[in-house]
Amino acid sequence: MILWLRSLGRGGLDFFERLGRGNLFALQALAGIPSVLMKPMLLVAQLYSVGVLSVQIIVVSGLTVGMVLGLQMYNTLTDFGASQSLGPVVALSLVRELGPVLAALLFSGRAGSALTAEIGLMKATEQLSGMEMMAVDPIKRVIAPRLLAGIISMPLLAAMFSAVGILGSYFVGVGLLGVDSGAFWSQMQSKVDFYQDIYNGFIKSMVFGIVATWIAVFEGYDAVPTTEGVSRATTRTVVHTAFAVLGSDFVLTALMFGEK
Amino acid sequence: MVSKHGLEIWVGLFVAAGLAALLMLAMKVSNMSAFADDQGYRVQARFENIGGLKIRSPVSMAGVRVGRVADIAFDAKTYEAVVTLRIAEKYNTLPKDTSASIFTAGVLGENYVGLEAGAQDSYLKDGDTIKLTQSAVVLENLIGQFLFNKAQEGKAPEGKK
Repeated sequence: MILWLRSLGRGGLDFFERLGRGNLFALQALAGIPSVLMKPMLLVAQLYSVGVLSVQIIVVSGLTVGMVLGLQMYNTLTDFGASQSLGPVVALSLVRELGPVLAALLFSGRAGSALTAEIGLMKATEQLSGMEMMAVDPIKRVIAPRLLAGIISMPLLAAMFSAVGILGSYFVGVGLLGVDSGAFWSQMQSKVDFYQDIYNGFIKSMVFGIVATWIAVFEGYDAVPTTEGVSRATTRTVVHTAFAVLGSDFVLTALMFGEK
Repeated sequence: MVSKHGLEIWVGLFVAAGLAALLMLAMKVSNMSAFADDQGYRVQARFENIGGLKIRSPVSMAGVRVGRVADIAFDAKTYEAVVTLRIAEKYNTLPKDTSASIFTAGVLGENYVGLEAGAQDSYLKDGDTIKLTQSAVVLENLIGQFLFNKAQEGKAPEGKK
């Protein structure tokens, strides 16, 4: 019994210690962001590996999600003779929820895990300690550019996801199933509000970008510097990002769309 | 590894594509493009019942959208709904005795305000009030009336006996 309590206590202490380390780490990394702006090439390189290389999976998934949404919604909506509402239904669900959330989950799978593995291996091969020896701050040089690149890329990727998704549902709805093209767009425009829906979706994706990249770089920086440690850290990145994104999504949705 | 120039070009393309997607969402998907016709003159109309009318519902005349509902308030003295309509500046030749009614698009569609031109020579100006109004048709009331009439019909033959 005592042993059980002790292990519970140790687990709790470990958890809070890690949380505290993570927050301190985030503050340090944020403080390093101004120095990144002085060296934009570092940021451009990271934007390439974090942002540009994620475009493919984001666009393909966005297209298929939009097409499937269009197909499924159409079947249900025709039952009520409301197939004209296909546009607003697809646009709202993509812009408000699916765009930011799915893009963040894909982003953590594609870019977050790569960040963790990269930083973890840098730590395991003692490149980070090497930098410190040469009086280069690894947080400013390695972490901050990656964090900033993630925060910039994520909203752009989410916007692409939603836009491509809407185009996908347009192809299926208007091209294959015969919804009226004018009704598709005009209904969408009358139902989707810029501030209420698109702006809030943008804020959501920005928050997810911060959360996902922060978890990814922290897991890498905090990884046990062995092969197994890095592999565990990579797994943890994806799992924890999924939890954090879905949890914060609920909170954000409740704050943004809860009360009317 | 991509060269430095290639890197910058790809990142530039990426940022441009992201911004283009945002722009498309703003212009094509949302009502951002409709913001421009937010200017216009305001006219008030009083209704006994506005049904499901909401702020930003369309105001149309002869089926063409000429404005939007800008504000909905309740007058606690007369127990009427005060609806402020914002009508685009280019349609400033509506007669003073124009009448406003609340219609429903389709059976379950959204409510909108329909205007019907009168015959007077003077035109509606900013701050005017539309006198002739017709309330929304509330489906529940209609059903209630219908059921009541049915019940009356059912009773009548019995009364004859």
